[in-house]
Amino acid sequence: MPQAAVSETAASPDYRALIEPARVNSRLYYDPEIFQEELEKIWYRTWVYVGHTSEIPKKNDYVTKSIGPTPVLMVRDKDGEVRLLLNKCPHRGNQLCAYQKGNRTSFTCPYHSWTFSTTGDLMGYALPEGYEGQSKAGLNLGKVPRIAIYRGFVFGSMAAEGPSLEEHLGGAKAALDQLLDNSPTGELDLSAGFLQHRTKANWKFMLENETDGYHPGFVHGSVFQVTSSGIGSLYGADSTALTRDYGNGHTEFDLRPEWRRHDKPLQWFGTTAERLPDYVSAMNAAYGEERARQIMIDGSPHIMIFPNLFIAEIQIFVLQPVAVDETIQHVTAVQFKDAPDINRRLRQQTMGSVGPAGLLLADDTEMYERNHRGAKIRDPEWLVLSRGLHRERVDENGFLVAHSTDETPQRGIWRHYLNLMTEAR
Amino acid sequence: MTALAKDLAAMSAPDLATLAPAVLQHQVAQFLYMEARLADSHDYDGWEALWTDDAIYWVPANGADIDPETQMSVLYDNRSRIGVRIRQLKTGRRHTQTPRSALARVVSNIEVAEVRDNEVDVRANVLIYEDNLRGETLWAARNDYRLRMIDDAFRLVRKKITLVNNHKPIFTLSFLV
Repeated sequence: MPQAAVSETAASPDYRALIEPARVNSRLYYDPEIFQEELEKIWYRTWVYVGHTSEIPKKNDYVTKSIGPTPVLMVRDKDGEVRLLLNKCPHRGNQLCAYQKGNRTSFTCPYHSWTFSTTGDLMGYALPEGYEGQSKAGLNLGKVPRIAIYRGFVFGSMAAEGPSLEEHLGGAKAALDQLLDNSPTGELDLSAGFLQHRTKANWKFMLENETDGYHPGFVHGSVFQVTSSGIGSLYGADSTALTRDYGNGHTEFDLRPEWRRHDKPLQWFGTTAERLPDYVSAMNAAYGEERARQIMIDGSPHIMIFPNLFIAEIQIFVLQPVAVDETIQHVTAVQFKDAPDINRRLRQQTMGSVGPAGLLLADDTEMYERNHRGAKIRDPEWLVLSRGLHRERVDENGFLVAHSTDETPQRGIWRHYLNLMTEAR
Repeated sequence: MTALAKDLAAMSAPDLATLAPAVLQHQVAQFLYMEARLADSHDYDGWEALWTDDAIYWVPANGADIDPETQMSVLYDNRSRIGVRIRQLKTGRRHTQTPRSALARVVSNIEVAEVRDNEVDVRANVLIYEDNLRGETLWAARNDYRLRMIDDAFRLVRKKITLVNNHKPIFTLSFLV
């Protein structure tokens, strides 16, 4: 590759010279100019997961979320409609709301007391005689231009135009349905709060690792050694589990072939039907015994929805890039509406395995931070993503699949990334 | 611990309320300093041996007064999970502690909050300096302890570590806090 491709003086790099089908240049992870360009071409353009409607169940509930580094207020307004408002007073730019969550009928800026409704409209300001004869038009809170909700999952796009959410999700939508099938009510209740894990690494190391099936046997070998977790065998040479590239940057581990081989309900969750009798009877009542049994064998999905929503069977992760070398991993337990016995176990396993002290994620995060420090070392500048090139194939739905340890997902992520970064606006 | 075992332990143990306050304060402080030293020096077996069977080791998230039975905590271990955590550290493949964090903590503002038979509830402030591959991190916490006197020595029943910034993103917390 010509050295010009990694010259520090090039303002906007030639991404085609940095991304090849089976290897990528280290510069993509550490260059602050590339990060700025990603904000414009990915984070402030494509559909980004913001939050879940169950986090704001009542009218006038709000919670502070984000799109990339930008804070976003996710609000259920006085009429019950979900809105995504920008947390900036249009008067002098002051941060409007300083709290994580709450319930309020209006937002008042502490600086000059301008007050906004939960729909974002300017209701009034202090000492109004100073604005005599002036219109309030154009003085509302900024809004995320597009909002779309799929079964409670709220996505926002900073671009006024573009593909619909359905087009963006494509085949990955089936994984959200698979998750919700595991709820006896078909709904989630994500009300347990998020852990926030600060990570000194570029966000793409997380994006890629979420469906990297090559690492668990090594990074998490310590957990497999000291617990009776059956997860380790999913990532061995004999595993029938698959990696899948859904296109549009969405990737997954499909563990269903393994669970179907074992044919035991709830094995995916490391437990048995006998241990969760209330959950099992609610599932049988909701879906009928035959369908419920299949759902409980197949389990919950393991899917990374580009660029920031990772469903790890029993956890919901949201990736938030805040700088080229810093990412926040937000994580909470999957909680099914009205399913207390399984929810308790879901929380306990989540608290044990993920977050800053998690038996699993603390080691993943150690790898991310080492990845980032390593990327800055210039030689070799190319990082390799060739695993399984000879054995990937197209499945019955037209998506690329390969062995559970292959790098088919990572190649798919970079193919989509290249499209976004080189697409004409 | 069964109810009977608890009764027997209480019978054989002193009623801590009969101790002079200065003596109790001294014994409590000595125990907290020892616990801090075992954690700082990664003496995993020594630290694990301090815990009773009904242990709760808890680092809440998003506030001090959350309900750990409904809300997410950074860490909420019973005795069994403390054991798993320690065994993982001892594999030598707990990568985030390989190499181990260099640690020094200061335990201060020790207050005896309540005495019940052979148990005492204690509050303290803790500052922990950590250095690892990523860099230097300063952790600040308000701790709540429950200690139980068994066979003339304190054991750790409950330790709640409320990081003062637990509503914000925090770095990996993989040493014994």
